[in-house]
Amino acid sequence: MANVPEDLHYSKDHEWVRVEGAEAIIGITDYAQNSLGDVVYVELPKAGDEFAANESFGSVESVKAVSEVFTPVAGAVTQINESLADEPETVNTDPYGAGWMIRVMMSSPGEVDSLLTAAEYEDFTKAETE
Amino acid sequence: MVDFGGWDMPVQYPAGTIEEHLRTRTHAGLFDVSHMGEIDVRGTGAIDFVNRITSNDVRKLTDGQAQYSALTTPQGTVIDDLLVYRLAADHLLLVVNASTTEKDWEWIKSNTAGESVDLKNVSSDYCQLALQGPDAESILQKLTDVPLAEIKYYHFTPGRVDGVEGIISRTGYTGEDGFEVYAPSDRAEQLWNKILDAGQTGSPTGVIPCGLAARNTLRLEAGMALYGNELDETTTLLEANLGWICKLDKGDFIGREPLARQKEEGVKRKLSGFEVTERGIARDHQDIVIEGQRVGQVTSGSPAPFLKKNIGFAYLPVEYANVGQEIQIDVRGKLVGARVVKVPFYKRPK
Repeated sequence: MANVPEDLHYSKDHEWVRVEGAEAIIGITDYAQNSLGDVVYVELPKAGDEFAANESFGSVESVKAVSEVFTPVAGAVTQINESLADEPETVNTDPYGAGWMIRVMMSSPGEVDSLLTAAEYEDFTKAETE
Repeated sequence: MVDFGGWDMPVQYPAGTIEEHLRTRTHAGLFDVSHMGEIDVRGTGAIDFVNRITSNDVRKLTDGQAQYSALTTPQGTVIDDLLVYRLAADHLLLVVNASTTEKDWEWIKSNTAGESVDLKNVSSDYCQLALQGPDAESILQKLTDVPLAEIKYYHFTPGRVDGVEGIISRTGYTGEDGFEVYAPSDRAEQLWNKILDAGQTGSPTGVIPCGLAARNTLRLEAGMALYGNELDETTTLLEANLGWICKLDKGDFIGREPLARQKEEGVKRKLSGFEVTERGIARDHQDIVIEGQRVGQVTSGSPAPFLKKNIGFAYLPVEYANVGQEIQIDVRGKLVGARVVKVPFYKRPK
């Protein structure tokens, strides 16, 4: 069963959001990394790039496939996880920790309330698997 | 699971594609390739008939020998690539791709007028398990009395594996030593489990079950063509560097004339291997750009887990198809540098 931490917000595109003040940290969920398989390449934006909600900010590639990743909330990128360039497999081994992708200064922090809770996301992935 | 030519096939097993790929290179991997099609050709005219519809020289085969070959169109393009097994002078077995089995069967049948052959599509009678890797021989030997060391590359012998009568063939699609075992399809599960047990699956150096994704990365790293990617009815064997299975002097066969003409005039494009030299992964169907011109497409592009490079195949205009040529690949709108390299990308240590 995929790990779904209680304290995060989730999107239907399988990203998670951790709110820290006005900033949001974004990555992909355990369920997502598991369905992708071995991650071999992560393409991330640059600090300063701005994204609307649900816009593609980069891509995650496994041996077999490319998947776009989307920003669940709008904002400007303040930091990217540069260690993923050399260690993309961290997305598999620690998706909610060292495998984080970008940090965003939210332009409308209220947006996180429209995302899924852990329980809702768990139900959502169950429905997708069935 | 994905649909693959009508078969539900696992893309990967729990260990994941990279581990499956690496274990096959270093120890052993087991692949269920029962989806491959098998066509039985019997009769006094079997050799002459198959020699007329395929490009390689069937008359060179001896009993117990297999041959890589192709079914060619009258235009010299490729209907399918296949293995031809000679069981006896009047008995051949053709092993074809899953997604093309029906097409091949119809094509072969339509060419039998006046031939003394008896054809049977026996695809559903056979399962096929491929045990590949440097430990393949020692693992399989535990399950058979057939002296495997005596079977040479691209040779086979009828024999029993775990008591099941079948065909043991020293062939494969990974670039490693290994065997392909053909047996009655209702024995697939038994053989699968017995081979995994014999190979101590679960141990870090044991045999590992492998899915379609590893089958693809292993064959690509080993520089082997995949039908539907590198080969189809728009490509010729000469363009695909398969002149070595194109025996123009063996006598007439379907597609010989246009191939002979192409050989004389020279090909205009050539299948080339490349490795990506910048950050990025080339994928199937992406455009190749040289000097600002779109000159071709990636036919197969993927990370190569053993080489730890990103590699691929593409048809390039012959003037650019030289080792060292710098090219670019349009990776979703971004031009990424790559270089033409020698194929095979990987060659196993002897």
